[in-house]
This record gives sequence, C-alpha cells and structure tokens, in this order.
Amino acid sequence: MTRLLFFGRLRDVAGQGERLVDLPADIGTVGELRAWLANEDADLGAALQAGGIHVVVDQVLRNGAAVSVRGAREIAFMPPLSGG
Amino acid sequence: MIRASVSLEPFSPDAEVARFSSLRGDGCGAVVTFIGYCRGRSKNRAVTQLELEHYPGFTEAEISRLATAAGEKHDVKDLLVIHRAGAIATGDPIVLVAAMSAHRAAAFAAVEELMDYLKTDAPFWKRETGPDGAHWIEPTAEDRIRREERAK
Repeated sequence: MTRLLFFGRLRDVAGQGERLVDLPADIGTVGELRAWLANEDADLGAALQAGGIHVVVDQVLRNGAAVSVRGAREIAFMPPLSGG
Repeated sequence: MIRASVSLEPFSPDAEVARFSSLRGDGCGAVVTFIGYCRGRSKNRAVTQLELEHYPGFTEAEISRLATAAGEKHDVKDLLVIHRAGAIATGDPIVLVAAMSAHRAAAFAAVEELMDYLKTDAPFWKRETGPDGAHWIEPTAEDRIRREERAK
C-alpha cells in the first residue's frame, strides 16, 4: 500500500488529507500517478497539474513528472508553501 | 546546536528563551530573539482564527535545514526555532527564533535571515478564517522579494 498525502488547498480538493492506495503495476512515475488520479477525479487531476505543486516521495522533495514512485511508501502533494 | 520543533499546542516564549539562554557558555555575549504573533487583522480583513497545516517529519526537517543554513552563513552555532501548527488564536505566539553568539551582530543577522527563509520556504499551509469565510494564504510579494535579495 502507498500512502498519498494532500496538503493545503489540495486537501480540500481531494476531500481528505490522506489516501491509502494500491498502485497499479504500470504506474512508475509521478506523471503517471497524476494521470491515474485524474482519471478517477478530474478536479483533483487539474489541481495536481497546476503550477507550483511540489512532490515529496518518502519525505524527500522530488519535483518533476519523471520522478519514480516505484516502491514508495508515502507520496505527498504540496501546493505552494505559505511559509511560517 | 540547532534546535527546531513544531508545536501543536501554545508555547511560552518567555520560558523557552529562559531555557535557551541558560545553555550559553561563558563565550556567549549576545542572545537575540524574535517572536511572531498571530495578528487579528490581515490586509484590512479581520482574522478570527489562523490554521497552520504542516507535514509532520518533513516540516521539522526543512526548518532544521533552513536554520542550519542561516547559522552557517553567519557563523552562529546555537539557534532555536519553535513554530506553531494547528489552530492558532489571534494574539498567540506563532514563531520563536533565538540565536546566541559571542557578539550581537552575528546573532541579529542569523535571526533575521532565518525569519526571511521561514516566511517563504517553511512547509506550512496557512488558512485564515474571518467574517467572510476561510482563505488559503501564500507568501506575499514582499516576502518573496526579501527572500530573493537574501539569495544573491
């Protein structure tokens, strides 16, 4: 199982801050994961494609659609940071 | 030592500063502190509650990284950061940054630099609630300009 986390306004769009999913075997990158999520939830898909969304894989900031998500336990989508 | 933490509960800046200062060695001649409070107004809108969402683990690690960078730049080894998360009442402290050094200039510079980093780069998502509902907040243009000036 992979834990998906959504923060800030993405949490509102996703309807919850956390989802436990079984990623299909053909999903290997952040781009493929976004497309898979968009397929079942177009609003979330659009929000994840917007500018300034950061992706953190297993607590390491890994921006870019080509970043691998294979074997990841936790993938977080973060909207632009508000700062402290 | 860099001490960075996120607190979901209100904290007492006085008690934390007293504890931090008590750790100073006899080579320390300066402790500089900054305390940020939750304002009751933002851009002429009343704010009744501020909510700061964070990413447990990641947010603390990022604050530590920013504090380490600010400390290294100004040769300050002892920094304290306590940042609130969760629902914050207006008037409550949100952030405490403290630095100690032999002389004041380095401690002042490290605190100011770290605050500039935190205002734009700390992984928090901020939602203000007022009479007209709730809004997610992103860094202001002024915060970004200050951060860019720092990066030069």
